Amino acid sequence: MTNSASIGQPLDRVDGPLKVSGAATYAAEHQLDHAPLVGWIVEATIPTGRIKALDTSAAENSAGVVAVLTHRDSPAQTPFGEPDDEGRFTQSRAMLRDDRIRYHGFPVALVIADTLANARHAAGLVEVSYESEPAVTVAGEDADEKPDELDGGLDADVSRGDFERAYGDADVTLDVTYSTPNQAAAAMEPHATIAEYDGEELWVYTSVQLIGPAVQVLANTLNLDPDKIRVLSPYIGGGFGSKLGLHNEAVLACLGAMHLERPVKVVQHRRHVFHNAPHRGNSVQRIRLGASRDGKLQAIGHDSFMPRARDYAFAEPTGASARTTYRTDALLSRHRVKTVDISLIDSCRAPGHSIGSLAFESAIDEMAYRCGQDPVAFRLANMPDKDPSSGKPFSSHDLAECLREGAAKFGWDQRESAPRSHERGRQLVGYGVASTIRINILVKSTTRIRLSDDGSLIAWANMTDIGTGTYTILTQIAADILGLPAGQVQIELGDSAYPASCGSGGSFGAGSSGSALRDACMKLREKLVDIARKQESLKSADFDGARFERGKLVLGDKEVPLTELVRQSGHDYLEVEGKVEPGEEHEKYSQHSYGAQFAEVTVDRDTGEVRVQRMLGVFSAGRILNHKTARSQLLGGMVWGISYALLEELMLDERYGAFVNRDFAEYHLAVNRDIPEVEIHFREQPDSHSNPLGSKGIGELSISGAGAAVANAVYHATGVRVRNFPITLDKLLEHLP
Amino acid sequence: MAELSVNGQQVTLSDDPRTTLLDTLRELPGFTGTKKGCDHGQCGACTVLLDGRRVNACLILAVQCEGCEVTTIEGLGEGDQLHPLQQAFVRHDGFQCGYCTPGQICSAYAMLEEIANGEPSDVTDEDGVRLSRDEIRERMSGNLCRCGAYANIVDAILEAGQREESPS
Ligand code: FES
Ligand code: FES
Repeated sequence: MTNSASIGQPLDRVDGPLKVSGAATYAAEHQLDHAPLVGWIVEATIPTGRIKALDTSAAENSAGVVAVLTHRDSPAQTPFGEPDDEGRFTQSRAMLRDDRIRYHGFPVALVIADTLANARHAAGLVEVSYESEPAVTVAGEDADEKPDELDGGLDADVSRGDFERAYGDADVTLDVTYSTPNQAAAAMEPHATIAEYDGEELWVYTSVQLIGPAVQVLANTLNLDPDKIRVLSPYIGGGFGSKLGLHNEAVLACLGAMHLERPVKVVQHRRHVFHNAPHRGNSVQRIRLGASRDGKLQAIGHDSFMPRARDYAFAEPTGASARTTYRTDALLSRHRVKTVDISLIDSCRAPGHSIGSLAFESAIDEMAYRCGQDPVAFRLANMPDKDPSSGKPFSSHDLAECLREGAAKFGWDQRESAPRSHERGRQLVGYGVASTIRINILVKSTTRIRLSDDGSLIAWANMTDIGTGTYTILTQIAADILGLPAGQVQIELGDSAYPASCGSGGSFGAGSSGSALRDACMKLREKLVDIARKQESLKSADFDGARFERGKLVLGDKEVPLTELVRQSGHDYLEVEGKVEPGEEHEKYSQHSYGAQFAEVTVDRDTGEVRVQRMLGVFSAGRILNHKTARSQLLGGMVWGISYALLEELMLDERYGAFVNRDFAEYHLAVNRDIPEVEIHFREQPDSHSNPLGSKGIGELSISGAGAAVANAVYHATGVRVRNFPITLDKLLEHLP
Repeated sequence: MAELSVNGQQVTLSDDPRTTLLDTLRELPGFTGTKKGCDHGQCGACTVLLDGRRVNACLILAVQCEGCEVTTIEGLGEGDQLHPLQQAFVRHDGFQCGYCTPGQICSAYAMLEEIANGEPSDVTDEDGVRLSRDEIRERMSGNLCRCGAYANIVDAILEAGQREESPS
C-alpha cells in the first residue's frame, strides 16, 4: 500500500476542511478579547500636490468616532522610501506623515470609530482641499529611463550578437508593437489588517505573502525595534503579488493602534484596493523578428516601455520570454520606464513572463505565418540548446516535448493552416498555440521541526500559504521522509516568530520552503539513526538499508518506533533546524519550468464575441509535489490567461491619475461560464539541479502563455490580429465577414 | 433590534439601518465564514441562504432580516461532519485560497435546489432543466474565483448534485 501522503500523491488539502466550513480565519477575522475599533481610509482625489486645508471637525463630532488621524497628529514615521538600499518591500511606506499627496487614492485621513458604518459615514464628512501640482500619469513609448535592474535582479538590457545587422540581413522580418493595459491582481480577499499596540509591542494580523519583510517594513516605517513587532498571516485570500509587501491599510491600522493604544482594524473596501494596493502597469512592447526563408530565427528584438511608480523601484521584465524561449543569432532586449504619479506598480502573477508572453508569443505566431509555417512546427524549429540571453546551459529543457505531446493530444493536425478556415454555423472557429516558460528560482529558507515522544511532528516556518497548497505539500514532505501518517504532521506557518523562510512569490515557495523542510527531516533521520546505533539490541542491525516507515525506523528485519528513539534521547522531543540556499547550480544553469498550451475559440461573426471552447496544456515542472494542488495552480493560471487576454483592463483617467473602473462590474474577471473544459497533462521529470526535491515553480507557469494561446486562436479564427489587449469584441467587429 | 435566526441560533443584529446583513454577520464571533469580496453584489463571496434562497448578504440590510432564517457556511454541515458539498469541494480541490469558497458552497447549495425545482436558466433548452456542467457554469457565474478553481468547482457540484439525485 502506498502512503497517500507521499510526495506527489494528490493528497486533499490539509487546510481544506477549515476553508470549506468557514473556520479558517483570514486577517480581518482574527478574534481579539475585545472587538477592535474600525478604520476607514479617506483617499486623496488628486494625483500629486499638497493638502491645502483639512477640516475634520464634522467627522470628529460624528456618532461613534474615536479619532480622525491625519498628518497633523499621526505617530512619527521615517520618510517614504527610506532606506532605499534594501529593496522595495522594506523601504518606509509612510503615510499621513506630511501634507504631500503621492498619488490619487493616497490616504489623507483614517477615520476610526466604533463600527464600520460610523467610520464610513464620518469619512464622508472629512473636508480636504488641495494644491495640485502637475502630475505625470501616463507612460507609453515615451518611457526613456533605464532602470538599474529589473524585478528578479535581471539586467535592463541584454544584447547578444549584432541585432541590427542580423535583423537587416534577414529574409523575413516583422516589426510590430503590442500593448497591454494596467491590470489588477484582484485577489478575492481585500487587503486587511488588525493592529494591536500596548506601548511596547505591536501585533499585526494581516494578509501578506512575505512575513519577514513585513516586520522590517513596519520597523523602518514606524521607527520600532523589529523584535517588538509580531506579524501573523496564517490564511491569505489570494495574493498574486499584490500582497508581497505590506500595504496601506496595514500601516494605517498600526498608526491608529499606536496613536490610541487600542486595537484598530482596517479592511480596504474593494474600491480602495485599486489604489491602496499595487497593480500591474501597462506595457508597450515593440517586437522585431528576423528569420531566414526557411523559418530559422536570426534576430529577436524586444523593447519594453512601462510606467514606474515614483520612489518605488519596481520594473517588470517583460522581455523575459523574448530572452529565453527561442534560439537566435542575435538578441536585443531593452527595458525603459517612465516615472509616474500613480498608485504603486508591483509584481502581479508571473511578472515579466505573463504579459511578456502575451505579446511575444503572439508575435512569434505572426512570424510563423509570415514564414508560411505551421505555428507548432515553427516553434519546434527554433528550440534553443542553451539560454540565448546568457549562454548558460539549461538545467533541463523540455519545451519541444511539451509542444509535441500537446499538439498530439489536442489534435492539432486536424487544423487547417490558413486563418478563417473553420466555421460552425455563424461561429468562426480557431486553434492557437503558445510556448510557456517560467523562470525557476530558489530562495534562502529555514525551518525548525520537532518530533515529540508521542510521535507527532511539528514544523515551523514564517512561510505562507496563499492558496498554493503550502500547508499540504509540506505535510507530505515531512510525512514521506520520516514515514509518518499525514495526520501526525502539523505545519505551522504565517507567523513572524517562526524561522525565516522564503515566503510566497515568484513560484519559489514550494521548492524553497520544501527543501528547507527536507533538510530538517534528513537531519532528524540522522539523529534518530545515531540514537538507534547506541542500542544494544540493534547492534547487528542493517543500518545501511535504514528506512523510515509506519512511524518506525526499519533496519532489515529489525524495527524500532520513532517514539521510542525520542524517549531514549532522554528528552521529550527532538528538535532540528533545516535550511536551503541557492548555490552553484543556480549560477551554472539557466532554470525554467516549461509548457505548451493550446486553445480552441469561437468568434461570433455577428457580434464579435469570443468564447474559449477548450484548452489543453502539457507542463514540465520537475517533480510534482502534489498532483492535485499542482493541477489547480495550472488551472488557475489558464483561467487568468483567458481573463487577461479577453477581459481585463484597468482604465486610467489621465487627468486625475485615477482608475475609473474600480469594481468588479467594470473590471471584468473571467467567471465560471467563461471557462471551458480544461485538460492538463504533466511531463514529470525531476530536475537534478533545481533543488534537493527536484521540483520547479508551478504557480506562475501556465499564466505565462495561456493568454497568447487564446489570442493566437482568435487570429486563426478571424484572420484579425489584435495587438492591444484585451481582445474585446469592438476590436474585432469591424473586420469580421 | 432585528432578531433573526442564524443557523438555528437566535441572534440580535445591529439596529443601525445602514448596516448590511454581511457586515453584522462578520462582526459576530463564529460567523466570519461569510466573506466580503466587493460589498457591491458583484463577487458572490458573501452568499448566504435567506429563508432558503441564495442572496448576496452585502446587498441586504440587517434590519430587513427581522424574523428571517439565515444559513451561513457554518450552518451547512452537521456538527463536525461536513456537508456532502463541502466534502466534494475538498476532494475536487474546488478552491485554492479559499476566500470565495463559503460563498461558492452556499451558492451551490441553493442552486441545486433551484435545479431540483425546475427553475430554468439562460442555458436551459426545451428539454427542461437538468443537472449538467453547462447549467452549473451558468448558475455559478455570480461567484467569482480569482484563483481560477472554476473547473474543479463544477466537478465538485456535479458530484454532490448527482449523489443527491440518486442517493445510493
Ligand atoms: S461581497 Fe457581496 S457580492 Fe461581493
Ligand atoms: S479559491 Fe481563491 S478566490 Fe476562489
